[in-house]
Amino acid sequence: MPFHRLLAGMLAAAVPCVCMAQQDTQKEVERYRQLLAEGNPADLFEARGEELWKAPRGPKQTSLEQCDLGLGPGVVKGAFAHLPRYFADTDRVQDLESRLVTCRVTLQGFKPEDAAKNPFSAPGRASDLEALASFVAGQSRGMKLDAPLRHPKEIEAFQIGEQLFYRRAGPHDFACVSCHGENGKRIRLQDLPKLTDPGDARKIFTSWPAYRVSQGTVRTMQHRLYDCYWQMRHPQMDYASEASIALEVFMAKYASGGEISAPGLKR
Amino acid sequence: MRRSRREFLQAGSGAGVLALAAAAGLVRPGEAFAQQWNKAAFETKSFADTLKALGGSGSTESAQIQITAPDIAENGAVVPITIESAIPRTQTIAILIEKNPNTLSANFDIPDGTDPFVTTRVKMAETSNIYAVVKADGKYFHAAKEIKVTLGGCGG
Amino acid sequence: MADPMRIRANMAGDKVEVRVLMSHEMETGQRKDASGAIVPAHFIQNVTVTHAGKTVLSAQWGTSISKNPFVHFRFKGGKPGEKVTISWVDNKGERRTDEVVIGGG
Repeated sequence: MPFHRLLAGMLAAAVPCVCMAQQDTQKEVERYRQLLAEGNPADLFEARGEELWKAPRGPKQTSLEQCDLGLGPGVVKGAFAHLPRYFADTDRVQDLESRLVTCRVTLQGFKPEDAAKNPFSAPGRASDLEALASFVAGQSRGMKLDAPLRHPKEIEAFQIGEQLFYRRAGPHDFACVSCHGENGKRIRLQDLPKLTDPGDARKIFTSWPAYRVSQGTVRTMQHRLYDCYWQMRHPQMDYASEASIALEVFMAKYASGGEISAPGLKR
Repeated sequence: MRRSRREFLQAGSGAGVLALAAAAGLVRPGEAFAQQWNKAAFETKSFADTLKALGGSGSTESAQIQITAPDIAENGAVVPITIESAIPRTQTIAILIEKNPNTLSANFDIPDGTDPFVTTRVKMAETSNIYAVVKADGKYFHAAKEIKVTLGGCGG
Repeated sequence: MADPMRIRANMAGDKVEVRVLMSHEMETGQRKDASGAIVPAHFIQNVTVTHAGKTVLSAQWGTSISKNPFVHFRFKGGKPGEKVTISWVDNKGERRTDEVVIGGG
C-alpha cells in the first residue's frame, strides 16, 4: 500500500480517539446541565420580579403594571419575544432592560440615574432590574423570538451592531467575532456559539437571561455584554447603552425564530 | 476574664445562647428554635473523623447505596447529587466531600414512610471523592464517587 | 425577611414527590469581600418538612450546600389537597416557613 495512504489511514484511526475523549467530556458536561434542570434557581428571581412588577414604588408610588414593553401598556406575555424594537414614545430602539428603566422613570417617577442603579446584583445586594428582567423574559417562555427589523432606527441599530461585532480593538485586538465568529470553538470546556449562525444563535441568544451558577444569580444580556467587553479588555459597556442595544439588534436577527427558553441555567 | 452578661450573650455561639436561654426556661425543649446542630461534625476534616462525629465507629462499603452525580461538574459551586439507599431501615443519609475545607456537607434524617432518597446540590472546592454515608439499623455504610471539578471558560 | 421558597409537591404513584428551591446566600465564611475582609458565614443549618403534623424529612446542613439550595425527596401518606410545610433556620437565627398544597399526579 502506498505510504501516504497508510499514513492517512493511521491518522484517520488516531483522530477519532482524540475526538472521542472530547465528546465524552462534552456528554458529561451535558449531563451535568441536565441534572440541574429539575430546579432552576431562576424561579426565585422570576417570582421576585413578579412581585416587584406589581409593587407601588418610587416617588409616584405606582406599580409597573402599565409599562408598555412593546405590545401595549401592561402586556407582559409575549413582549420579550419582540424585543429589541423601536419605541415611539422615546423615539429610539430599546431592549428589555432599557425599557424597564424607562418605565421606572415615567411611571414610578424615579430619576434616570436611580432607575438604572444596581443593575447587576452582588452577594447580599439584590438587583430589582435582574428580577424584573427574569419575570418579563419568563412570560415569553416557549415563544419564538421575532424582533422587528423594519423601522429606519431598527435598521440603523443593526448596522451599528454589525460594525461593533466585527471591529477589532483594545489591547488584545479583539472583537466579538474573535470568539463568536466560527463554529466549533470553545474556551476550556465552554462551547462558544457562532452568533451569526442561526443554528447556534437561535438556541443561545434566547437562553438569556439565565441563572449562572458561577455567579449565584440571574445574569441578563446586558450583563453578558458588559462581561464580554471586560473579557476583551474593551472600554466598559455602559448599562442599557445605545451600543449594547445595537449589538442585541444584530444578534436578534440571527436568532430570529429561536424558541425562548429564558430564564435559562448556565455555568 | 470577667464579662458582662450582655457581652456573654452576644459573644456566645448559637448553641451557647440557646443553652443559656433553655436553662433560664425561656425556650421549651423541642421547640423549633432549640433545634440541634452537630457543630463538631461540621468541623471535621476527614471521612474517619466525620464518621466518628456522626456517631459511627466504622463503616462498611455498600453497593446498595447509589450515588447519581455527573462525572464532571462544570462549576464547583453547584454540583447536583442524588443518593438512594436500598439498605433496609435506613435512618440517615449524610453527604461527605473529602477535599472540602470541612468534610460534612449535610445529614438528612429519613423518618419511616419517607423514601431513603434525596437530591440536593453541594459546593466542591476541587476534584474530590464524594461519600454517601448511610446509617441503617444503627450500623453505618458508605459508597463513594469521584467528581471532577473543571475550570470554566468565559461563562455563557 | 428572606424570599419565599418555591415548592412543588405532586403525587408520584402513592408517594408525594417534593421539590423545593430556597432563597439563601449560603455564605461559607471563607469568602473575602472587595476590601479584603472575611464575609461572615451565613447558612441554613436546619430544615424540617412536615405533613399532617408529622416530620417527613429533616436535615442538618453545613456551609457546603450550594447557594439557593434545592432539595428533592419523596414520602408516603400524603394526598392531593393536603399541605406540606417546609421550614428552615439559619446560623443567625433567621427563619422561613412556607407551605404548598399537594397537587395531583
